[in-house]
Amino acid sequence: MTDASMQTPETGRHSVSLTATDAHTRKRANAEKRFRAYGIAAIATGLFFLVVLFTSILSEGIPAFKRTVISVDFTLTEAQRTEAEGELFKTKAYSNLFIAALKSELDERGLNVAVDEAAIERLLGKVGGTIRTFYSDNPDKIGEPVAFDLTASSRVDGYFKGRVSRDTMQDSRFLQKSDLDLVDALEEAGIVKQAFNWPFITGADSGVDNPGGAGIGASVVGSFFMMLVVLGLSLPIGVAASIYLEEFAPQNRFTDLIEVNISNLAAVPSIVFGILGLAVFIQFMHLPQSAPLVGGLVLTLMTLPTIIISTRASLKAVPPSIRDAALGVGASKMQAVFHHVLPLAAPGILTGTIIGLAQALGETAPLLLIGMVGFVARGYPDGFLAGFTEPNSAMPAQIYTWAARADVGFYEKAWGGIIILLIFLLSMNIIAIILRRRFERRW
Amino acid sequence: MNDMSRVEREVDTNEIKLECRDCQVYYGDTHAIKDVNVDIEDKTVTAFIGPSGCGKSTFLRCLNRMNDTIDVARVEGSFRLDGEDIYDKRVDPVQLRAKVGMVFQKPNPFPKSIYDNVAYGPRIHGLAKNKAELDEIVEKSLRRGAIWNEVKDRLDAPGTGLSGGQQQRLCIARAVATEPEVLLMDEPCSALDPIATAQVEELIDELRSQYSVVIVTHSMQQAARVSQKTAFFHLGNLVEFGETGQIFTNPVDPRTESYITGRIG
Amino acid sequence: MPILWLFLIVIAIAAVGYVLGRSRALQSAGGDSRNLHSLPTFYGANVALKTVVPAFGLLIIWLLAQPLYVNSQISGMIPDTAIKEGSSHSLVMAEVRRTADGLDNAVAQGQIAETEARDAQADAADMTQRLKDAGQVVTSEITQPVLRAAQGYRVMTASGYKIMSIAVIVVAIAGAVFSLFQTHSEYRARNVVEQGIRILLLGAASIAILTTVGIVLSLVFNTWEFFKLYPATDFFFGKTWAPSFSGRGGSSSLGILPLLWGTFYISLVALLVAVPIGLFAAIYLSEYASPKVRAFAKPLLEVLAGIPTIVYGLFALLTVGPLLLSVFGDDGLGWMKAGTAVMTAGLVMGIMLIPFVSSLSDDIINAVPQAMRDGSYGLGATQSETIRQVVLPAALPGIVGAILLAASRAIGETMIVVLGAGAAARLSLNPFEAMTTVTAKIVSQLTGDADFASPEALVAFALGMTLFILTLGLNIFALYIVRKYREQYE
Repeated sequence: MTDASMQTPETGRHSVSLTATDAHTRKRANAEKRFRAYGIAAIATGLFFLVVLFTSILSEGIPAFKRTVISVDFTLTEAQRTEAEGELFKTKAYSNLFIAALKSELDERGLNVAVDEAAIERLLGKVGGTIRTFYSDNPDKIGEPVAFDLTASSRVDGYFKGRVSRDTMQDSRFLQKSDLDLVDALEEAGIVKQAFNWPFITGADSGVDNPGGAGIGASVVGSFFMMLVVLGLSLPIGVAASIYLEEFAPQNRFTDLIEVNISNLAAVPSIVFGILGLAVFIQFMHLPQSAPLVGGLVLTLMTLPTIIISTRASLKAVPPSIRDAALGVGASKMQAVFHHVLPLAAPGILTGTIIGLAQALGETAPLLLIGMVGFVARGYPDGFLAGFTEPNSAMPAQIYTWAARADVGFYEKAWGGIIILLIFLLSMNIIAIILRRRFERRW
Repeated sequence: MNDMSRVEREVDTNEIKLECRDCQVYYGDTHAIKDVNVDIEDKTVTAFIGPSGCGKSTFLRCLNRMNDTIDVARVEGSFRLDGEDIYDKRVDPVQLRAKVGMVFQKPNPFPKSIYDNVAYGPRIHGLAKNKAELDEIVEKSLRRGAIWNEVKDRLDAPGTGLSGGQQQRLCIARAVATEPEVLLMDEPCSALDPIATAQVEELIDELRSQYSVVIVTHSMQQAARVSQKTAFFHLGNLVEFGETGQIFTNPVDPRTESYITGRIG
Repeated sequence: MPILWLFLIVIAIAAVGYVLGRSRALQSAGGDSRNLHSLPTFYGANVALKTVVPAFGLLIIWLLAQPLYVNSQISGMIPDTAIKEGSSHSLVMAEVRRTADGLDNAVAQGQIAETEARDAQADAADMTQRLKDAGQVVTSEITQPVLRAAQGYRVMTASGYKIMSIAVIVVAIAGAVFSLFQTHSEYRARNVVEQGIRILLLGAASIAILTTVGIVLSLVFNTWEFFKLYPATDFFFGKTWAPSFSGRGGSSSLGILPLLWGTFYISLVALLVAVPIGLFAAIYLSEYASPKVRAFAKPLLEVLAGIPTIVYGLFALLTVGPLLLSVFGDDGLGWMKAGTAVMTAGLVMGIMLIPFVSSLSDDIINAVPQAMRDGSYGLGATQSETIRQVVLPAALPGIVGAILLAASRAIGETMIVVLGAGAAARLSLNPFEAMTTVTAKIVSQLTGDADFASPEALVAFALGMTLFILTLGLNIFALYIVRKYREQYE
C-alpha cells in the first residue's frame, strides 16, 4: 500500500487544457462520428428498401385498377335484329353491324382508317356474341341507342400502359402492328378510354391466356371464409389455452411440455404446417382439397401460438389485486377469471387476435400444399356453407398463381392483388392499433 | 498513517480544484438542484450528505457531465475545473471524464477479465505505448486500488467473479488507471458489507494524497470518518458547507442539526 | 353435410337439457334458488356439458378411427396378384380410394345409379369408361379387384357413418338423461361444472402438443414410406437432384445435398445483408436516436416484418431479379444468366429479416444494465467505444441467439425462394446462379402431378423432416442461449 503514496503522479497529460484537442482525441472523435454514420446508414438502407418496395408495388400495381374500354353508341333496330337472327352465322352478323356503327362514328369525326372484322376480334374478342347476349337479355332496349363499354384485349391494354410498344412487338394472332393504327385512331376519336377496373375487384380468375379478364374477387371470398374458420377456432381455443396456462396450470412436467411445444410451434416454418395439413386433413381425414375449410384449419394451427402468446401477455397484465378482490367476496377461481380478469384483458386479446389473423391472411406457403394453387377459381361459392367446402383460392395463393403464369399480363394483376392484400392487412393493423389506443389501461 | 492524515487535516490550505457557482439542474419540469455554490479543493475528501432524494447524487453527476447521458436533464451555472468552464461548447465530455473519474453506487465491473477492466481506460485514452507500459499501469492501478495482492495471480479471471468489496475496489482501480485529477464516488459503499466498507474507506483516505475526492454518502458516520469537507444538501438546496468537524459538532443551520441528530431524513 | 346436422342435433339436445336441468333444480328446491347448492344456471350447464362433451368426443374419435379401420379391412381384400410389377400396396390403395371417390361423385351427380355403383357383377372396363364419361379423374384402367375393393370401401364407409350418427345421438341423450337424474338441490353443480371447464381448458392447451405430434407423425410415417422405396444413404449423401417427371419411374436421383447447399447459401447471403444492417440499426435506435427519431424509424422498419412473404417473392421475381440482371447480366458484368438466382433470393430475404434482427437485438442491447454504460462513460469512453467494447461484448451471447433465430427463419422461408431462387438444384459457388432449396422442392414435389405414394412425392416428407429437425435444433439452441443471457442480468 505504501507504493501508492511513494510515486509521484504523472502530470504531463494533465497540463493540457480541456478545450484543446490533441491528435488522439480527434481520432477518437472521428471514430465516434464514423460509428454513428454506420448506424444512420443502416437505418437509411432499411428505409430505402422499404421505399423501393412500396414504390414498385404501387407503380406496378396501380395500372391493374385501370382497364382500356372501347365505348361505342350503338342502336339496333328491330329489322336489323330479325335479319341478323335469320343468318347462318348470327354472331358474325352482329359483329358486322357493330363494325358498321363504329365506322360511321369514325367517319363522322373525319378519321379514315381500315376497320376489318379480324382486327376488331383481336381488339375486342368476340364482340358479336356480347352484343347478341345483351339484346336477348334486354329486348326492350331494341331501337334505342345503347352505350356499350367493351373491354379491350390485354395486348391493347398493354399498349396504353407501356407494356406493348410498336418497336418491340411482333405480329401475332393476338395483335398486329396495323391494329395499333386503328387503336390510335380510336383514341383520337375518344372511343378508346381508360376506365376503373371493377371487374378486377369483383371478378374471378380467368384462363391462362386471358390476363385481361382475371379478377381477385373470388379469392377474396376464399380468404374471407378461411379467416372465418381461423377466427372461429383460434380465438376460443387460444383464449382457453391461455387461461389454463396463466391461471390454472400447476407447476408440473405436463405444463412445461405444453409451454415448450407452444414456443417451438411459433418457430416452425410455415411450409411444415402445410405438410401437416396435407398429410392429416387431406390424406388421412379425406377433407376436400383446395377447400377454405382445410386452409382455415391449417392456418388456425399456425396462428394459435401467436394468439396464445399475446393473450397470456394481456392476462398477465391484469394485476393480481383484481383476482384477490374477487376471491375475497367468495367467488370461485373460475368466476374470478371469467367475470373479472377476462373482460379486463379482452382489448389486449382482441388486438393480438387481429394481428394473428393479419399474419394468417398473408400466409401462402401452406396453402400451396393443400391445393389452393393451380386451381382456377372461376366463380363465387354457391352459398354460405358451400363457401367452406367448395374449392376456392385465397388472395395470396391467387397472387402466386398469377406470378407463376407465363403471360406477363398476369404480373400486373399480381401486383394489383398485392395492393388489395396490403389494404386488408393495413386496415386490420389500424383497427388493432386503434383498439389498443382506445382501450389500453395502465395499471 | 492515520496520524499523518490528521496532521494534514489540520494544515489544510489546498488550492481550489473545482469551483461551482449558481448551479441549477432541471429534470424535465422538476427543479432538482437550486443555486448551489461549492468549491472542491485539491487533495481533499469532500463529502456530500443529505436525506435521499436531496439531489446530492444529481449534483455529483454534474461534475463530470454524466447528466449529458440523460435526455431530460438540463444543467445551468458555472462549473470551473482549474479555471476552465467544463460546460463550454468546445469541451469534449470524453476528455473531461478522463480528468474527472467516477465510481458508482453498485460495483459495475465489465464482463471482461480483471486485467481488461483496468486496462480499458488507458487503452481508450491511449496512455500506454506498448504492452509493457500497459502492464505497468494495470499493476500500479491495482496496487493503488489496494487489490493487487488479491488478484495478481488471476488477472485473466472475469471481474464479475470477485466478491462485492473486491469488485468495488477493482472499479476504483479502473477509475484511477486513467490518471484522473478528481475522483467522484457515488455512495461507493452502499452495496458493501462492513468489512469491505472499511477497506474501501481506508483506500479513499490513501487516494487523498494524489487526488481530489468527492464522495456522496448516506451515512453520516462515513462522512465523518473519511472527509475533510462536508456539504449538506436538503431538497435540492445546499444548506451548509464547511469543515467536516465543524458541520458535525457545531452546525450553523438548524436543518443540518436536525438531520445530524436524526430528526429529519 | 350430415356431420353438420349431427352437430346441430347434439347442440339442440344440449340446449333442451340445459333448460330442463335448470328448472328441475329449481323445482327440487321448491322454486327458491337460495335453497340450491349452486346457482340454477350451473345445473343447466351441468346437463349441457355432460351431453355435449361425450358426444363430440365420440364423434371426433370415430371420425379419426373409421378411415383407419376401413383401410385395413379393404386392403385385406386386395389379393397380392392384383399388385402390378413396380407398384406397391399403398399405390393400389390410393387407386381404390380414388375410384370410390369417383363413384361417390358420379352418384351424387346422378350419372350412375346407386344400385349400379354397388353392383357386385359390374364390369371393371365398362365402369372405367362410365366414370371417365362422368368427368371423374381416374388415372388408369380400373382392374376387377380394385373395383370390388372400391365398392366395398364405399359400403363400409357409408354404413360406418350411419352407425356413428346413431351412436353419437344415443350418447348425447344418455348423457342428458343421466345428468338430469343427478340434478337435485344438494348436488354440487358448480364444482362439477368448473372441474369440467377446467378439463376443457386443459384440452385446449394440449392442442399445442397434438399439433406437434401431428407434425412429427405425418413426417415420420411418410418419411418411413419414402425410405422403403428409396435408400436413405442415397438421399442423405446423393450429390444430384433429378426427379423423373413421370412420377412412376425408378430413375429419379433424390440427393438432398444440392438442396441443402442452396438453402445454406441463400440463408448466408440473407444473413450477410440482414445482420449488419439490422444490428447497426438496433444500435443506433437504442443508443443514439432521439425519442422522436426512434418513434418514427422503429415502426417503419417493423413494417418490413409485417409484409407477407408472397409480396417479397414477387418483389424478388419482378423487381430485384431484373434489376440485378441489368447490372450483373450479359449487358453488364456478364456473371448472371437469369433474374432468379441465389443473390436475388438472398438479398430480398435479407431485407425481410432486417426488422427481425433489429428488434431482437434492440431488446438484447436494452437488457444490458445502464450501470455498465455509466462505468464506461465515467472513465471517459466515447459512446462508440462504450458500445463496441462494453455493450456489444456483454450482449454478444444474446445477439448470437438472435442471429441463429434469424437463420432458422431464413432456412424455413418458402415463398421468396420459390419465386426468386430458380428451380435448378446445383452445387456451385457462384451466387449469381440459380439454385434451389429444401422448401422450394417440398412445394414443387407436392404440387406436381406425382402420385402421393410415389417416391417423387414422398421425398417431400423426408425433406420436410430434415427441415423440421434443422430449424427446431437451431431454435432450441438459440432460445437456450438467449435465456441464459437474460438470466445473467436478472
